Amino acid sequence: MNAPGGSLLVAENLRKAYGPTMALDGAAFSIHPGEVVAVMGPSGSGKSTLLHCLAGIVTPDSGSITYDGRELATMNDAQRSQLRRSEFGFVFQFGQLVPELTCVENVALPLRLNGTPRKQAERTALGWMERLEVDDLAKKRPGEVSGGQGQRVAVARSLVTSPRVVFADEPTGALDSLNGERVMELLTEAARSASTAVVLVTHEARVAAYSDREIVVRDGKSRDMERVV
Amino acid sequence: MSIGHTLLGLLESGPRHGYDLKRAFDEKFGHDRPLHYGQVYSTMSRLLKNGLVEVDGIEAGDGPERKRYAITDAGITDVERWLATPEKPEPYLQSTLYTKVVLALLTHRDAADVLDTQRAEHLRSMRILTDRKRSGDLADQLICDHALFHLEADLRWLELATARLDKLKAAMTA
Amino acid sequence: MSLRQSSRDLGLGVRFAFAGGREGWMRAVLTALGVGLGVALLLLSTALPNAISVRHDREQARLDWSFTEEPPTAADNTVVIANTDTTFRGKDVRGRLVEPEGPRAPLPPGLSAYPAKGEMLVSPALKRLLASDGAKLLRERIPYRITGTIGESGLIGSQELAYYAGGEGLFAHEAGSNVSRLTAFGNPNPTPEAPDPVLALLNIVVIVMLLMPVAVFVAAAVRFGGERRDRRLAALRLVGADGRMTRRIAAGEAMAGALLGLVLGAGFFLVGRQVAGSVEVMGISVWPSYLNPSPLLAALVAVAVPAAAVLVTLFALRSVVIEPLGVVRSAKPTRRRLWWRLVLPVAGLAMLYPMLGQGRSNGSFNEYLVTGGVMLLLIGITALLPWLVERCVARLGSGGVAWQLAVRRLQLSSGTAARMVNGIAVAVAGAIALQMLFAGVDGQYTKSTAQDLSRAQMQVTVPADAPMAATVEKFTDTKGVRKVTAVWESYLGDASWNSENGPQLAAELTVGDCAALREVAKLPSCKDGDRFVLDGSEYSVDGPKMNVPGKMLYIESPTSGPASAPEKEATWTVPAGITQVRSIEDPTGSRRGGFLMTPAALPKDFEGMVRGELYLSIDQSVPDAFEYARNTAAAVNPLADPTAWTASTTSDKFESLRTGLLVGAICVLLLIGASLLVAQLEQLRERRKLLSSLVAFGTRRRTLGLSVLWQTAIPITLGLLLAMAVGLTLGAILLKMTDTPVGIDWSSVLSMTGAGAAVVLVVTLLSLPPLMRLMRPDGLRTE
Repeated sequence: MNAPGGSLLVAENLRKAYGPTMALDGAAFSIHPGEVVAVMGPSGSGKSTLLHCLAGIVTPDSGSITYDGRELATMNDAQRSQLRRSEFGFVFQFGQLVPELTCVENVALPLRLNGTPRKQAERTALGWMERLEVDDLAKKRPGEVSGGQGQRVAVARSLVTSPRVVFADEPTGALDSLNGERVMELLTEAARSASTAVVLVTHEARVAAYSDREIVVRDGKSRDMERVV
Repeated sequence: MSIGHTLLGLLESGPRHGYDLKRAFDEKFGHDRPLHYGQVYSTMSRLLKNGLVEVDGIEAGDGPERKRYAITDAGITDVERWLATPEKPEPYLQSTLYTKVVLALLTHRDAADVLDTQRAEHLRSMRILTDRKRSGDLADQLICDHALFHLEADLRWLELATARLDKLKAAMTA
Repeated sequence: MSLRQSSRDLGLGVRFAFAGGREGWMRAVLTALGVGLGVALLLLSTALPNAISVRHDREQARLDWSFTEEPPTAADNTVVIANTDTTFRGKDVRGRLVEPEGPRAPLPPGLSAYPAKGEMLVSPALKRLLASDGAKLLRERIPYRITGTIGESGLIGSQELAYYAGGEGLFAHEAGSNVSRLTAFGNPNPTPEAPDPVLALLNIVVIVMLLMPVAVFVAAAVRFGGERRDRRLAALRLVGADGRMTRRIAAGEAMAGALLGLVLGAGFFLVGRQVAGSVEVMGISVWPSYLNPSPLLAALVAVAVPAAAVLVTLFALRSVVIEPLGVVRSAKPTRRRLWWRLVLPVAGLAMLYPMLGQGRSNGSFNEYLVTGGVMLLLIGITALLPWLVERCVARLGSGGVAWQLAVRRLQLSSGTAARMVNGIAVAVAGAIALQMLFAGVDGQYTKSTAQDLSRAQMQVTVPADAPMAATVEKFTDTKGVRKVTAVWESYLGDASWNSENGPQLAAELTVGDCAALREVAKLPSCKDGDRFVLDGSEYSVDGPKMNVPGKMLYIESPTSGPASAPEKEATWTVPAGITQVRSIEDPTGSRRGGFLMTPAALPKDFEGMVRGELYLSIDQSVPDAFEYARNTAAAVNPLADPTAWTASTTSDKFESLRTGLLVGAICVLLLIGASLLVAQLEQLRERRKLLSSLVAFGTRRRTLGLSVLWQTAIPITLGLLLAMAVGLTLGAILLKMTDTPVGIDWSSVLSMTGAGAAVVLVVTLLSLPPLMRLMRPDGLRTE
């Protein structure tokens, strides 16, 4: 099941040090198209670093990351940015919505970065907001909506470009369980229907339960829970 | 779970046949384990003997049991008392899992593997429950959530135990 | 109780300012830095009038003109002093030859003894210049041995180039006003500085214009990090402080920064004063001791700045409700209303209005009305700009992502944006108004000269005792001199110049070769030995009247005068047949009259009695060509006066004002640029997390950089437009007040707005590297 063949994103033997601390120490990862994989682990275990490496935000010290057959290390910063813009989507814990833009403008932002005209981008954005049941917030600014609503707006934004992978870093971390589960439900449902793969970093088992598969990161090393038994 | 009290409670809304009772129970509470009809029969005869229910009528026809049961005043009082009495919180002090871990440590087996195997198993059931929750109604969701929270608590313990495995090993072998 | 409570709250604020962790501390330092720079500039500004008057007093004290009606005769208490000022590579050198005539001869300020012949005392700056490598030509020009330096009291600036050299037989040299015999130095009745109402007006406006942006800057500096402060205050509310207490605590914090700023400012001022003593800006330098602010003004600054800091803080908190659980900004800030914002500039106009058309002849301007009016107009900018930015930004349409990010941010916090550019707008408006005023008044202070630069670029006046042919040859042989047009001049009169009443008819005598004479008159033919009489002079028609054959004419000698003994009275009898010719404009641009003679026609007696005017055509491609010519002049005679020609000469006073303005405007713009940068960086730091997440989902760095640029460029553009409008209005009013025709000097308007725009561009460029750093993914890691 975890054979790299057919995998969309594969990482092997990743190492990354921040100063004296090893954030990643030989971690591995793989995900198939349309698959939802949870990356679990205690805080400080390196799971966010793993996500940043996979998304090409951070360059690992060593190891290889292949996306769709392409080695990320061979790409320059502009190419990686381009990749993130068009193939990836992102949801973070908080602080990701531009406070000055309205919600629909926030959702449309990735499309506009790709050069889509404003009207068209906002129409597409509104469609996604409907799916995430936040279309009534279109004209509101992030400061005027609740945490759960804001997170759903962020999910809409991560999906608006129909990316092949969505990276979600503790997307429910700042929400209560009810709101958190709603966000997870909508995220996984929308991702599955668009066959978008989701890399879900979380320390909550109940959030991880929305995935198809879990990987646990401890002290910079990864362990695939499927292969345990 | 007290099946007697549950069946009594179901009768409060009106007299029912034993078969109806079983169906209502299964629908609302018996997701994992549907009741055997024998269980219903024996429970009802116990309740009848204690005067908590009475036979409301017997219908003619085929079928194993055609008795219609109705709840008595004593039965209603009993349900009330049951509902008002808090359940004793389970202390879970005797955990099989803990025993397994200690044994693994004492026999120099990989205790981390024991924990991770359990963890994978827990995650698998959580995933199944989460899936069921998605398609189920509100009652279904609440039941699944109950199980999920318990499993999550177990998982947290697993995580903690994994993190403290080295210390535990040192304590065991000292 | 309330007083004790208040002071306790203020004290708590002061503690917070310094003990609030690294953040609070940094905020206090930033505030202090801003306030400090402002205070330093304020102190410098208050010291400026003093510096000007000290300079003026020193200048007056060393004046070496004879203020008595009758020049004194040689005695043991007299000194003969000759002016040998020169220019070296564009820098003026004040030169004096001195010859004490007795033991009681007066000493000029800064000297304790006279230099002997061949020796000189120099200013420290001249000493350094002479010792430097490139000053060989100057050393040749003033070849005296340096025996000491001139004291500070004898100089008007630390960088002034000056020397006193010992001379001999100076009085015999007498060449017009260049030599005087004195019994005392200085003006016995020193005049107070600049009674000219227009100059006084300019002074006021310059100072107000420099101070206003500083005030705006101080106000902005106090608000540094306001948002973080508000959050801290909210935390205080949570533990039980009431609204008033938080306000007092905030005031205490602001005061702490301001007080620290006061100390820093005093330090900056002292350092700046010392630095000011070692620099020279456009020919003007001062001694540190000149820059002493008047104690009253200094005290006012010390009280006003902390007070203003506290007031601004309280004013900024006006629209903020600090609740225990956070800060509530009046969510949708009430739309800015126009009317009260218009009151300020309109009131300013009203104050200036009565003085329209007053001009310089109707006494001095009312200082209070001028100051008040100009201040209100400039403050009006700070009131109008937020409104203008809000209105315009609300209307800005869509564009690229960078534009959208910038516009939306401006729409949400147009006040912050406007505050950031207020200072620059005020500075530019003031500078534009002043530039206009200067350009307009220019005509009155800049005398356009008639000198014809195409014919000659330098004029050397040579005393009469120089041998004519040899002198011309020396100049012809000088490196860099292309052509020498030498005319020798004196006056002829119809009676002895030593007689009681002097001559009734008098006319110029001009001697030169045919080529030289053709520069002053239209000659039909000319050969050596010819004489002509001129018609068409601007000043005297006596020439043709004196052209009576047989008439005896007397030449004016350098020493002639009613009191002089007729030692040598040279005369010339007008011969018959002198051709009358028309005069034309000579190289100095004037038409002369009288007689023209070629050298062979000059009576022998007249030699040594005509003073030379040599017009030099200089090859400006030769480096230091002017310096070589000046050296030749000094070699011919130390009293020879070489002047390089320009199209116009400017009044010194005016020049110094304009210089002051330029330096001030640059300082203020730099100061404001620094504060812009600080504010910008602070804003970026607060958005660190957001920036990182934007980069995570693939936003180009270019897009974010552009949005930062737009974010400053839009308000700056609006600010500069408003500044131009107000500046031009103010300039027009000031011109009307001085009764000068209103004209707009677009080049200076553009250069000032350009300077403002350049500051923004530089600030944006400087904030890009930190922006790039903030956009690194590390930003996602924190928290």
